[in-house]
Amino acid sequence: MALYRAHVLICHGTGCASGGSPKVLETFREELQKKNLDKEVLVIATGCHGMCEFGPIVVVYPEGTFYSQVKPEDVAEIVEEHLYKGRIVNRLLYKEPISAQKVCHYKEIPFYGKQHRIVLSNCGYINPDNIDEYISRDGYQALGKCITEMSPAAVIEEMKKSGLRGRGGGGFPTGLKWSFCAASPGNKKYVICNADEGDPGAFMDRSILEGDPHAVLEGMMIGAYAMGADEGYIYCRAEYPLAIKRLQTAIHQATEYGLLGENVLGTDFSFDLHIKEGAGAFVCGEETALMASIEGQRGMPRPRPPFPAVKGLWGKPTNINNVETWANVPRIMLQGAECFAAMGTEKSKGTKVFALTGKVKNTGLVEVPMGITIREIVYEIGGGIIGDKKFKAVQIGGPSGGCLVEEHLDLPVDYESLTAAGAIMGSGGLVVLDESNCMVDTAKFFLEFTQRESCGKCVPCREGTKKMLDILTRITEGNGKPEDLDTLQYLGEQIKATSLCALGGTAPNPVLTTLKYFRHEYEAHINEKRCPAGACQSLLRYTIDPAKCIGCTKCARNCPVNCISGKVKEPHLIDQEKCIKCGACMANCPVGAISKG
Amino acid sequence: MTEKKIRSLDDLRKLKEKTGDLTSARSEDDKVKIILGMGTCGIAAGAREIMNAVLKELETRKLHNVAVETTGCIGMCQNEPLLDVIRPGEPRITYCLVTPADVTRIISEHVVNGRIVQDKLFGRAD
Repeated sequence: MALYRAHVLICHGTGCASGGSPKVLETFREELQKKNLDKEVLVIATGCHGMCEFGPIVVVYPEGTFYSQVKPEDVAEIVEEHLYKGRIVNRLLYKEPISAQKVCHYKEIPFYGKQHRIVLSNCGYINPDNIDEYISRDGYQALGKCITEMSPAAVIEEMKKSGLRGRGGGGFPTGLKWSFCAASPGNKKYVICNADEGDPGAFMDRSILEGDPHAVLEGMMIGAYAMGADEGYIYCRAEYPLAIKRLQTAIHQATEYGLLGENVLGTDFSFDLHIKEGAGAFVCGEETALMASIEGQRGMPRPRPPFPAVKGLWGKPTNINNVETWANVPRIMLQGAECFAAMGTEKSKGTKVFALTGKVKNTGLVEVPMGITIREIVYEIGGGIIGDKKFKAVQIGGPSGGCLVEEHLDLPVDYESLTAAGAIMGSGGLVVLDESNCMVDTAKFFLEFTQRESCGKCVPCREGTKKMLDILTRITEGNGKPEDLDTLQYLGEQIKATSLCALGGTAPNPVLTTLKYFRHEYEAHINEKRCPAGACQSLLRYTIDPAKCIGCTKCARNCPVNCISGKVKEPHLIDQEKCIKCGACMANCPVGAISKG
Repeated sequence: MTEKKIRSLDDLRKLKEKTGDLTSARSEDDKVKIILGMGTCGIAAGAREIMNAVLKELETRKLHNVAVETTGCIGMCQNEPLLDVIRPGEPRITYCLVTPADVTRIISEHVVNGRIVQDKLFGRAD
């Protein structure tokens, strides 16, 4: 093993990769070769660093220098200045949005300061395509400990003690879930990893799979040992090609090492693992639909009971956990349940990974201890609202979740508090909304999604969400009726109570919570035909202030439908009947005479 | 590695020992630091050869938990190549006019055993 004095870590998460990081990596290799440094500087592709907003990200060790938004044309300078001459390239350092100061070291960035990266500790730190790097960081030691030194019952006991709860959204205690499957009679059992992450704007599981695939494998193996399963499936959507590729590599390497297969580490434990690519239906994230999909049937849920722990995949006892849950397992087993349970709140232990998106300055992937407040996530980690606009709400839990408003900013993030406030933990989508977001439109966006993804098996979800969406569409187009709000409320509650699976059972949440906290916005749409946030296009009116208009004709010349009239040097007028609300006039007015509202 | 199979927990632990160096350059544990002056003056005086000698020596001695960093010109150009050694909790020691032959001594005496090589000593910063 050659000694490399410096390591250049280039983020190859999907975010940075689409920002051009593979080209950056290639350029690094070329430039290092030119300078004859390729034998002393190691270049590797890593998983997500979380700061997707500022990608592509390059971290240079041993200093731990953090460069952001690196382009291929910047690489020669980093190689020449930093790696050859030892001078940090100041202009590429990350600029902290709150203090506007340049930050040199990884550890000094406030974005990471409040975070507690446990599940993500390898993400962005190791090369996910190299099992040796995972092993160098205690990889597979937990598996070794479990299968050689602990009984299956002891493993489950340890999981129960840790207090880990399902990270896919439900929050069911993992140890308890395992004990059900372990107690089911039968000599053939399955474990499944649910990697069908489908919430709009969520990418926690993808990042874990891409950045630390072996942790998921190891977690599944420990679970399989504890429950007496010898076969497993990772159900991953085909829209995650990079995650699937990394998983395939990981499975291949683990098999080569004999960590997967017959008689792992010389014990009686044997385990086979398959990847099942899903076609990306949202409903397949529901466990019974997911199993139907693996079996080759149409992905539709079925009533429970029987629960998968009793009758699951191909009728055999099966345990399903999501990616983040599995990835937590090796750390718990290695460091002990107490260590894990020391983090978080009384009933919600450990950490949670969130995909922070929307109107915050630092969008990206964050891992925080349970019990942190929304305020800390939005303002300290997220860096506050873009353009310093006013905070309006966070949509937590994706299309199944609800919105939380300003009064909830100091709410601790844990399963119980969020549920009490009408939202859910969900799998970890966190969309920040500011004053320019219309809440009716936001609720409509999420309902459009769930309505489209409804599998159609049960009536409340299939017909009910359609009716709700029709009403919301009508409201945003200015045709709402006063009784619509009661109808929405009634429909929402009925759908929640009577749907077959969690898709329908949670689909009305965004509507119900916005109705609760932003009823005035709905009323403005219905009664005044006005969108307070100025987001609903049909309700917008562009008007020219005759006092400000200088008659330059620029608006009229840029209008695509010729609905602006007026003579040169005289105030112009917009024909509201013909206007398509494209905003071209406003964008082109040199004196700011046009306003919307 | 020809035989790839890991047959026991012991094998796995041994492999971890072996692979530990893979990521050690990235770890934030306290490590001995060697810092080389790589300004134009340093390079002209032969700092690249010093770098090669340092890496070779560390490799030979399997000293993988040493961070090798580079730095710019500190203004003492006529004394280049300059080489600093910082052991955790100890002052920064600067050696001057270092030759590849000195590197072996500095590493074996100072980096490994903590004894400053007096005849090459240029200064110390606390």
